[in-house]
Amino acid sequence: MAKREYSYYPGCSSQKGASSSNMMKSVATMCEELDVQLNEIPDWNCCSASIGYGSGGELPRLVMSARNIALSEEHNPDQDIVATCAACWLSTREAAERFEDDENMFKEANEALAEAGMKLTNKTPIRHMAEVLIEDIGYEEIGKGVKKPLEGVKIAGYVGCQTNRPFGIDGESYENPMYLDGLVDALGGDSIPTYEKKVQCCGGALAFSEPEKSQEMIKGIIEAAYDNDADMIATPCPLCQANVEIYQDQINAKYGTKFDMPVVYYSQLISVAYGRNANDAALNGQIIKARKLEEIAAK
Amino acid sequence: MSTNTAMVEKYRNNFLKEVEANVEEGEWVKMCMQCGVCAGSCPLGNAWEHPPQEIFMMIRAGKREDVLTSDSMWMCTSCYNCIVRCPRELPITHIMHGLAHYAKRLGIQPKGNPTQWFSEVFWNNMMKKGRVNELKLGLSMYFKDGFVSGIKESLKNAKLGMNMQKTKRMAPMEFFGGHGVKNPGDLQKIIKKAQELEAARIEEHGK
Repeated sequence: MAKREYSYYPGCSSQKGASSSNMMKSVATMCEELDVQLNEIPDWNCCSASIGYGSGGELPRLVMSARNIALSEEHNPDQDIVATCAACWLSTREAAERFEDDENMFKEANEALAEAGMKLTNKTPIRHMAEVLIEDIGYEEIGKGVKKPLEGVKIAGYVGCQTNRPFGIDGESYENPMYLDGLVDALGGDSIPTYEKKVQCCGGALAFSEPEKSQEMIKGIIEAAYDNDADMIATPCPLCQANVEIYQDQINAKYGTKFDMPVVYYSQLISVAYGRNANDAALNGQIIKARKLEEIAAK
Repeated sequence: MSTNTAMVEKYRNNFLKEVEANVEEGEWVKMCMQCGVCAGSCPLGNAWEHPPQEIFMMIRAGKREDVLTSDSMWMCTSCYNCIVRCPRELPITHIMHGLAHYAKRLGIQPKGNPTQWFSEVFWNNMMKKGRVNELKLGLSMYFKDGFVSGIKESLKNAKLGMNMQKTKRMAPMEFFGGHGVKNPGDLQKIIKKAQELEAARIEEHGK
């Protein structure tokens, strides 16, 4: 029996062959190591992300999340919902809070769900995996399981936007959250608490629709990592990871920079520090190879 | 009569009342104290013709068309900086989303703006199978200005696509089928009902 059990909402990017399949895999490895059992919400749907509002409006958008919460309540009763994707977490929690505050909206959501014979009670806490790590498990316990400390690896903790705002992690500041740095330290790595771009926006969905404006911001995020002598950037957010990693070629071509900065997930750091191999840590999912992690994993 | 015309007649010069009634979190607009922290906090602030506090003032001044046809709200990256910094705790991000959606509902959104276009493509992509098909979403973005420029865009991004494939973060087979919920029809029924309920509420206000 696993020590901790949660109802798991992976999200569209955390599926086989999707853009953060490397997060999905390393989260599975990390949870094995931390004795956490993730029970996937059966038949979950997209949360409509941070761009669904345009066509979706308010109620239809929120009802997308209502269906997921209702499925979780039905199949994984009494388990907190845990999301690994920032947008999934934000949308689901936002929906739950809106239904809590607005009785009419809650009533209408149930009216819509009834079309498919479903019902929402809306009593489930909606949490982020980072909360599980920091609040339920804690730095100390995480530190105890480290087999291969990430010694000498300098890591810029890039929290991004939606893991941090508007909800964030309890007790952490919106402007200067320290939990990724705390996590890096617990794993024996070198954190950079003064990484000034730790909560800078990467453009989010606008990286697709406004690539030039977004890549200008991404450039700043990477530049600051170099300025701080970072070996890599680590983030909890799948869209941050993708945006900051995959456009480095295009940014180099446009700005004449020579960026080659790996961008990894916290779950990959934990997997490697816990002694798992490169494959289990999904390091083959990096377009820009995280060589220092590969070296530790191969030791 | 279009909903747009109905709203103009109903609310006359009181655009604030219209926003309060029809826009997500619109009842907060009157609380803005014009400090400008939102404008200074916005990562794309330099791209907004009218930053949020200006939009709020324009709403109160009855500048209906200037607000709803503006591409400003469509510059929102959903970073939530403005929400956590607003001294009066206005849910600014949601109001911007709400205004953008309301303009689109009325059919007067800035048609050339790529984000309003992308938001529609995203929603339709998601509604087909209940989950987003990243491959098709990417392709539709490249092909948004037609076939020829689509090929050009695709070539420009070919290396990126290869990189994603090599690292197994993009699956070409997603083009045929791909991930989805078991019964998309049921999900579509649920969402259709939600759309009807929301539309009915707004139409009622136009009467």
